[in-house]
Amino acid sequence: MIQNETAIEVNNITKNFKVYLDKGAQLKERLLFRKRNKYELRQVLKGISFTVKKGEAIGLIGHNGCGKSTTLKLLTRIMYPDTGTIKMNGRVSSLIELGAGFHPDMSGRENIYTNAAIFGLTKKEIDARLNDIVDFSELEEFIDNPVRTYSSGMYMRLAFSVAINVDADILLIDEILAVGDANFQAKCFNKLKEIKANGTTIVIVSHSLGQIEQICDRSIWIHEGLIRAEGPPKETDLEYLDFMGQKLQENTRKELAKKAAEKAEEKPAEVSGTEQHEDPEDAEAAKRWGSGKARIKKITAYTSDGAEQRVFRTGEDIIFKIDYTVKEKVSDAVIGIGVFNLSGTQCYGTNTRIDKLPEFELTKSGTAEITLSDVHLLAGEYLLDFAIETGDGIPVDYYRQAYKIEMITPTGDVGIARIDHNWNI
Amino acid sequence: MNTIKELYAYRQMIFSLVKKDLRGRYKGSVLGFLWTFINPLFQLIVYTMVFSFILKSNIERYYLYLFVALIPWIFFSSSITVGAASVVAQKDLVKKIYFPRMVIPISYVTSCFVNMLLCFIVIFAVIIITGVGVNFVALLTLPIIMVVEYILALGMALLTSAVTVYFRDLEHILGIISMAWMYMTPIMYDKSIIPEKLQPVFNINPMTHVIECYRTVLYNKALPDLSSLLSALGLGMLFLLIGCLVFNKLQKHFAEEL
Repeated sequence: MIQNETAIEVNNITKNFKVYLDKGAQLKERLLFRKRNKYELRQVLKGISFTVKKGEAIGLIGHNGCGKSTTLKLLTRIMYPDTGTIKMNGRVSSLIELGAGFHPDMSGRENIYTNAAIFGLTKKEIDARLNDIVDFSELEEFIDNPVRTYSSGMYMRLAFSVAINVDADILLIDEILAVGDANFQAKCFNKLKEIKANGTTIVIVSHSLGQIEQICDRSIWIHEGLIRAEGPPKETDLEYLDFMGQKLQENTRKELAKKAAEKAEEKPAEVSGTEQHEDPEDAEAAKRWGSGKARIKKITAYTSDGAEQRVFRTGEDIIFKIDYTVKEKVSDAVIGIGVFNLSGTQCYGTNTRIDKLPEFELTKSGTAEITLSDVHLLAGEYLLDFAIETGDGIPVDYYRQAYKIEMITPTGDVGIARIDHNWNI
Repeated sequence: MNTIKELYAYRQMIFSLVKKDLRGRYKGSVLGFLWTFINPLFQLIVYTMVFSFILKSNIERYYLYLFVALIPWIFFSSSITVGAASVVAQKDLVKKIYFPRMVIPISYVTSCFVNMLLCFIVIFAVIIITGVGVNFVALLTLPIIMVVEYILALGMALLTSAVTVYFRDLEHILGIISMAWMYMTPIMYDKSIIPEKLQPVFNINPMTHVIECYRTVLYNKALPDLSSLLSALGLGMLFLLIGCLVFNKLQKHFAEEL
């Protein structure tokens, strides 16, 4: 072959979807309600080009609806691009839909044949692979039972085993490494690495950047139908995370602005000029309590280089500035912070007393600052409580869920917080 | 050419879909696969009763006359009516996985075809038991007639299944069309009673030729008229060509329309 080197060549493809506002598929509807046939043309891909070399593994990343799954569908030829061309050299197998054509009443063995046939294998080829497939699925004892008796995990294992044993030249994968238990997942992952080592070209669409970083040689970041960046996963993925982080902040800011606007509307004009007006969060009275001698006025979070931010990467420092106003002197004050995840579990909590800071009193408005260094919290949103109390534990201003941050984690580890670790194998 | 090559590569899928369809057809019924034979047999008994005692026909052994035409017709009409819905029925597959889309109508028509072949066992049993007998030389042409009808049915099924994806009413419209088509084909009556003026209309109907050929071979025990067979083949090829072209054009947007 001349183009031995290139496995996939995608040349400036575009794809539009018709989004029907109210679609009529029937004659009557088509004729009677012509207006209903109005549709919006949504351009999902606006001209994407890339080539994949034989044996290369690439990851397609991007947020939901950016067009990465559409790209994959175009590669499998489930759909066709409106303009542009796609050239694929070799047999294509896709792990997009597992267990296509499985019939619940047929045995596992029969379903292997049906399913593999859908991938374009002949009987002879399936015969040759049957043992590998059954071995890989670990379903030897059940292989002659009807598939409807399988648990969903067994079902997926069988389906995955067929798909991965097709011996394709090009393997297209969409978010699948969530098959079966942890052991089987590890097995799939290893198989994938083995397949790659054998020279199969792989294209993966995944939200799990960790997986992409482990398998792929290159990441392609698709944003709003265009390729925004492309390069080694470690770099591109970070760029992407950074972007997503910023976007999240923007959204949070917008949300806050909206909330503030709503509050401003709610408040009757005559109250203006009172102290309440300076403190828009007062409407959240249900979330805060205390004597009110001092109040938390504003909380802001910063990165270590001073940028105001609400999204942080695992391992970064987070600095909180707490602005407070004092109406009446608070002697023997304690300032505290609590970090909760969205299911309400307290992930961390401390205060100035626990940390044995010297006793202090609040006499006039000011700012307290706390630096959380090297925050190991893993991906997710976290709600923070802030509080001013007196030394004997009487709340002056306890502010529940005063602030929300989001953590993003470029690696794939799971849980609440990372525990530093070392493997020794 | 590429399409044919690809379809050949996917022959196992066609085979397994046909098998699934045949096996699934009478799934769950007590007699299961036996229904394939019982159905036509009882149909034949009903026709025999009706046309021997109530609607007496002056055609000799009318039940057989009708039956050898009706079984091939049922194959054809189910290919186009139910075949029309075949792609829509497999939408889960079409939306999620790649394979040459023609596999679906092909396997559907093939499974109808196999069903017809099984019904022919009943036909032969009746022919032999009633002592009508067969002309072995003429019988050799039967496979050719069947292939011609298959080509015709496939052409139609490709056309209707692709169009139905975009226009679901077609499935129901085809029910009416196929009924009208049945009466426009000499199945229940003899071609000789068609008025002179209408003859050309019947002649462009490929099924007229196909049914005539079946009847000549099985009922009249004679060799089929070559010109009949050739015109059926010609029309069949034309149907298949149109069917393929339309299907290929329309299949590109199947996944979005379904």
